[in-house]
Amino acid sequence: MSFFTKLRERLGKTRTSLADGVRRIFTGRGRVSDEVYEELEELLIEADVGVETTQQIIGDMRRTARERGIDDAEALYAVLKEEMAALLDNGSKQANWTVESGPHVTLIAGVNGSGKTTTAGKLAQKLREQGRTVLLGAADTFRAAAVEQLTIWAERTGAVIIRQQEGADPAAVAYDATDAAIARGVDNVIIDTAGRLHTKINLMEELKKIQRVVSKRLPGAPHQVLLVLDATTGQNGLIQAKIFTEALHVDGIVLTKLDGTARGGMAVAIQKQLGIPILMIGVGEGVEDLQPFDARQFVDALFGEGGN
Amino acid sequence: MFENLTKKLESAFKNIRGQGRLTEANMKDAMQQIRQALLEADVHYKVVKKFITDVQDAAVGQKVIESIHPGQMIVKIVHDELIKVMGERNAPLAEASAPPTIIMMVGLQGQGKTTTAGKLALMLKKRGKKPMLVGADVYRPAAIQQLEIVAQQAGVESFSLGVNANPVDICLMARGEASMRGCDTLILDTAGRLHVDAEMMAEVRQISAQIKPHEILFVASAMTGQDAVRSAKQFHDTVPLTGVVLTQMDGDARGGAAISLIDVTGCPIKFIGTGEKLEALEAFHPGRMADQILGMGDIVSLVEKAQQVVDRDQAIDFQKKARKGDWNLEDFLAQMQQVKKLGSFGDLIAKIPGLNKMMPQGLEGAEDELKYTEAIILSMTPKERRNPVIINGSRRRRIADGSGTSVQEVNALLKEFEKMKKMMKQMMRGPKGKPPRGFSPPMPGF
Repeated sequence: MSFFTKLRERLGKTRTSLADGVRRIFTGRGRVSDEVYEELEELLIEADVGVETTQQIIGDMRRTARERGIDDAEALYAVLKEEMAALLDNGSKQANWTVESGPHVTLIAGVNGSGKTTTAGKLAQKLREQGRTVLLGAADTFRAAAVEQLTIWAERTGAVIIRQQEGADPAAVAYDATDAAIARGVDNVIIDTAGRLHTKINLMEELKKIQRVVSKRLPGAPHQVLLVLDATTGQNGLIQAKIFTEALHVDGIVLTKLDGTARGGMAVAIQKQLGIPILMIGVGEGVEDLQPFDARQFVDALFGEGGN
Repeated sequence: MFENLTKKLESAFKNIRGQGRLTEANMKDAMQQIRQALLEADVHYKVVKKFITDVQDAAVGQKVIESIHPGQMIVKIVHDELIKVMGERNAPLAEASAPPTIIMMVGLQGQGKTTTAGKLALMLKKRGKKPMLVGADVYRPAAIQQLEIVAQQAGVESFSLGVNANPVDICLMARGEASMRGCDTLILDTAGRLHVDAEMMAEVRQISAQIKPHEILFVASAMTGQDAVRSAKQFHDTVPLTGVVLTQMDGDARGGAAISLIDVTGCPIKFIGTGEKLEALEAFHPGRMADQILGMGDIVSLVEKAQQVVDRDQAIDFQKKARKGDWNLEDFLAQMQQVKKLGSFGDLIAKIPGLNKMMPQGLEGAEDELKYTEAIILSMTPKERRNPVIINGSRRRRIADGSGTSVQEVNALLKEFEKMKKMMKQMMRGPKGKPPRGFSPPMPGF
């Protein structure tokens, strides 16, 4: 099921009203006026793109419109979508799950409640479906029952799980997981870490230690670090991404919970201000709902459009 | 950042001084700055629009006082209006006339419902209630185990029927179970759900209709963006929300969603979550929230850091002792050591807007003084610390030698300590014999 079918199915009215908003701004307006830009600004802000990034995008649009001599509102809309898709397009950058030799290690990080464990579980299932062997590292030793939650995912997907008791050193779990994966010749390791607010210095240090310890056991690992971000997050997402990226070698973002009415526009700001790409999106509870990111589809969805 | 806003507003008003009154025209730039500040704090744009109109109405026609800059005036007006929107006092939890009181937690996934349920249970237990946590999230793997562990940590009862039961049945059964176990408060932890998920919303409506909770708390993260209005509205239209819990207030999110949530639900914010520990649930303070939304977050984070570091039980102990006047040098030392955990003075000062400019130097002096004070107290015997009256001339000499200070310095410290003790006793008594909330004895050098 495509992202749009899913969205259409789930959103119904809300999505329609948003699409109506976009249509109202651009359709039948004839010439581009300041009013069009103002309404567009509101639309982007409401999608959580943020004031600064919105103003930059609109500034770019005004310039393009001037340069190309566009004065028709509908033509301008096409320009907007095109520019945003270009901004978000990662080109060849996609989530990667293979490495020449030894296990491929992915580290999952993010603030509390963004959906890390669920993402880890879904990734395990996807990889298992591709016939790969997977080992889950339960390095969230802090939250009550987080290990149990991941264990249930391991049982569901037929992945191996490496776990210790609650309160154990997460770096030790990550080390053990990597070690066990090497010994067993597992294809993929996914390490689930505890949620942490980026403002907690000690917890960010702990994350660095996990990364360090894993690379010590297996040079080059973790091969991929994914930052899980909740699409309902507002402007704080930008600083979250910044600080997590300063602590870890973040390859990209998994934008979760896009099946609600949140547009995840802060990911646009993250891409524009920090250059961190969105690699995957979560559009539902099912395993198939974790999908590779597609810039054009995302922009359409951002404006509540597309997918007939 | 609060200063930034003030500064921006000052520049927006550069030409106003002497114009006499605030008008819509001369406030235009300033309103633009405020709009931007609120949007950056994640207040919903429609709510911002409405709010700006209110601020303008409150400001237009006001005379610009010569001594105060119009920018500062506007900030004050904005701050006051924010507090007005958020409600001036914090709202208490509802209580059933006949137990059990039923509190239901609802919200989107990942907002912290289970953790908040545990925090609330602990808070109520400390107030002498006997709460029971009810695990009604049968969907998220291990959610019920999580609740059971949290209940254990909080030292309260928990109840569930496992993942194959119907959440409505679980909640209904919990009622009977509560009276059997002698529990007077039920806290229902429902599954996180999307407001657009018709099936799941029907479920929560059914629980609400059958159980008739006295409180339905919408749990939302302070990091939530513009979508807060849509989800909260949908929840409010489905079940009659009575309050909001704003979680993850220990991060650096400005928390403008608070304004959106209040606007769309008409419910007060009853609590804020300020940390990962079960104790980290606090009453909501509109004034502090207004500061944070306007970007005065640094001072808030400082306060929170202090709260994290300072041992609560010990603080309460201090308060009691200070009130009775039997606060001694041992308590003083323990407090001093807690303050040191906050970091260096330089760090602290840097976090307080304005203070860093007011106190450019002499900080090392203050830090040194603290070190000497600590050394002097450490050179005393426990008996002396508990009862400083016994410190006579020869003891003073020994303490001075032991701490590498002079008898004069030891004398000065003892004198200052006595003065402080007296002052504190008066302060702690307050007008009605109750210390102000969160008050703790002062520290030297502060």
